[in-house]
Amino acid sequence: MRLILIAALLASAATPAGAKKDREAPAPTQGSSAEPENPYPSTYKAYPGVATAIRGATIFDGEGGRIDNGVIFLSDGKVTAIGGPDTPIPADIALFDGTGKYVTPGVIDIHSHLGDYPSPSVDALSDGNEATSPVTAHVWAEHSIWPQDAGFGRALANGGVTSLQILPGSANLFGGRSVTLKNVPARTMQGMKFPGAPYGLKMACGENPKRVYGSKGREPSTRMGNMAVNRQTWIKAREYQKKRAAGKDQTRDLGMETLADVLEGKILVHNHCYRADEMANVIDMSKEFGYKVTAFHHAVEAYKIADLLRDNGICAALWGDWYGFKMEAYDGIKENIPLVHRAGACTIVHSDDENGIQRLNQEAAKALGAGRRMGIDIADEVAWTWLAINPARAMGIADQTGSLKVGKMADVVLWNGNPFSTYTRPEKVWIDGALLYDSANPKLRPVSDFELGQIGAGDVK
Amino acid sequence: MMKASNIRSLRAKSRSARAAFAALALLSTPALAQSLAITGATLAIGDGSEPIRNGTVLISAGKVTAAGAGIAIPPGIKAIDAGGKWVTPGLVSGYSRVGLVEVPAVNETNDASARSPFSAAIDVAPAINPLANPIAISRTAGITRAVVVPSTGIGIFAGQGAVVDLGADMNAITRARAFQYVELGEEGAKDAGGSRPAAILTFKTMLREAQDYARAPASYDGRSKDALLNRVDAQALVPVVTGAMPLMVHVESARDIVTVLSLRQDFPALKLIIAGAAEGWMVAPQIAAAKVPVIAGGLDDLPSSFEKLAATQSNVGRMVKAGVIVSMGLMDRDEGLQLRLATQQAGNMVALNKVPGATGLSWGQALRTISSAPAEAMGLGDRIGSLKPGRAGDVVLWDGDPLEMTSAPIAVWIDGVPQPIDNRQTKLRDRYATPGEGALPKAYEW
Repeated sequence: MRLILIAALLASAATPAGAKKDREAPAPTQGSSAEPENPYPSTYKAYPGVATAIRGATIFDGEGGRIDNGVIFLSDGKVTAIGGPDTPIPADIALFDGTGKYVTPGVIDIHSHLGDYPSPSVDALSDGNEATSPVTAHVWAEHSIWPQDAGFGRALANGGVTSLQILPGSANLFGGRSVTLKNVPARTMQGMKFPGAPYGLKMACGENPKRVYGSKGREPSTRMGNMAVNRQTWIKAREYQKKRAAGKDQTRDLGMETLADVLEGKILVHNHCYRADEMANVIDMSKEFGYKVTAFHHAVEAYKIADLLRDNGICAALWGDWYGFKMEAYDGIKENIPLVHRAGACTIVHSDDENGIQRLNQEAAKALGAGRRMGIDIADEVAWTWLAINPARAMGIADQTGSLKVGKMADVVLWNGNPFSTYTRPEKVWIDGALLYDSANPKLRPVSDFELGQIGAGDVK
Repeated sequence: MMKASNIRSLRAKSRSARAAFAALALLSTPALAQSLAITGATLAIGDGSEPIRNGTVLISAGKVTAAGAGIAIPPGIKAIDAGGKWVTPGLVSGYSRVGLVEVPAVNETNDASARSPFSAAIDVAPAINPLANPIAISRTAGITRAVVVPSTGIGIFAGQGAVVDLGADMNAITRARAFQYVELGEEGAKDAGGSRPAAILTFKTMLREAQDYARAPASYDGRSKDALLNRVDAQALVPVVTGAMPLMVHVESARDIVTVLSLRQDFPALKLIIAGAAEGWMVAPQIAAAKVPVIAGGLDDLPSSFEKLAATQSNVGRMVKAGVIVSMGLMDRDEGLQLRLATQQAGNMVALNKVPGATGLSWGQALRTISSAPAEAMGLGDRIGSLKPGRAGDVVLWDGDPLEMTSAPIAVWIDGVPQPIDNRQTKLRDRYATPGEGALPKAYEW
């Protein structure tokens, strides 16, 4: 079993979906290099909500702020007011007493494979790695997503996850495009797609690509092979991008389109990379070819180069305590997150796991405790940035969600206690102001098509 | 140019030299079991009872002599005032591969399974490496004992597991050959060639061959073309058929659990332990009536396979409510490494009490699933897993509620011996507490 997991991990770093902002109907363009603007557009629409206020709760605003005995007011799908106990709220709205409870922005997971490695994990549904070539920049993770993965509902109900990025796996150097979703059940991927979110490109360092292709007697079989194939590919991408920018005619190439968008800053690079020395190589490569790494994912050795990450403005998306399951994870330590945070680099807690995504708050708690024991005293409300505004920024959606600021999406969790306690669970979760999980109401609990009519359907999970 | 084989052998030599040095360092300074009193503790015994305030634990000659409230401290004994902090028994992982694995994906360091002509006779005990880093890391997190489970290579039987202690010494074995392990669910079907009926038939046939062997060892022909078991594996299964050795069976679905319980119709002496049981709650009364202990993952709540369609985090709570002795362990993930997740598993069982419709555990019951319950499942409830008098002096002093993720041990004793509180990870932490190089490279900071 563990081997299967490792294989999945090794293969799990992906790049999904379209980097371009949603636009109006695609404008036909001339020439063979014409790209449709947004061929798989989001059809997500916020579900109806009612004007809602929570009074008396401790609020973490997701940007490091805290309000004790706070008030938050949600209407028309947005945060419309937030403040202390005197914050005015209208009459005749749904009002919840938050005494002894906590309110946070919804958890954002920057690294998930829900839908492309869904439950049940059978071969027929294993769609996370196009492991047939080390360079598959042309694939889009959104085209693998199975919206009936029960994991989405668990992440909502148990994890308070309201937005998530689905990445291709990490078998390939260039895994393909990622896609960002609202964690709302839908019939189609498009029905979940986060409107206007930029695409990401999944890249991968290290053991996975060299193992997957080396074992087939193909390049790359070494870390230097990884870098060489990467650089050759960027050379081609730059040529393609230059021609495209100059309006020159060329045959469309899906992979090159994605890479050209990276070079133009429209697609964000999410790079699976464990070791400090390899991250340093990737940073140099990004400078060589003129693109930016938005975030290193997994980065179990980020703590060794926290200063380098800070100085280059690169986020680190990290686990609370994973270590040692493969050679490049051997030096994982529980203090990774607090050490990176203290150095002043952008720090994110991620899951890469259908179980871990249900407890990202607890992963953050592990890091908080480990940090405090070594004298890094991070306040609870500051630690919540790891689950909120920081991943939102790294996913390019911070202008819309990721904190409880007036005018932002009302993606909100009411927790039944301090969310850094093991004893705490989401009590209610709103997405764009719509109440989509209520622990007290068994009917407000998503049951995927796969589970419907099966034993255990609708059970508290 | 040096040949690869030379490099390998050089590395092997330096590795074994280092290991030998470390072993010598440990063995040459044997830490002695302390007589010790810990007072003023928020004390949890581990037997399912709820924690008490201002509790005392007495340890003498490596064993717990008393634990509870109002206990008199014998004169002259070293006393530690816990100042209200938490004290628990050392935690017991109900399912792990600790000591069998250093880096799971590095095959040379992974002794969990083999494609070997032997199966049931495989004995993990001699392979347990007390110096493996995951042992020190788990110990530092308050895990003091673990059930070590082999995994299958060829066929449905994986071999004989052990119970180990995680002490910083060369003697890890609490009980060798503590149980036999067999796969009879989806994995068993695969191991048997592709179907559950084949797995069940294989199982029954092998046990009958073990009975044949027991009746007349000298005449058992393990090489006949009808024999499924060689002589060594046949001999190893004899104590399973007679009930002298527990049989841990991995199954997940309600259907497979019922099938396993029915195996006693053919083999009445089987001493069953069920591992997995993601759908155990559906047949909990039957499991309880059969008095079969269960070792579960606890947090499984996804239909991650067709044998786990009804998985829910309430599984453990519902089984305990039905009277099943339930332990928790690492099922399916990081079995060699992350024994420290035990406290998270247990804490989440407590969390369920606040979720309408869910079935959780009280704090004391939750602790029991990671202390006395696994000890009892292994038939070691009178020796380890709780702070009742006579149990091993495995004690942990915590800096907060042990089931909270922000907490960690301050001190750990195993058999009354104080344990080191550092490990490779704490040394990496200290080396990189400040980024950047100092007057000398980081490599000189040790």
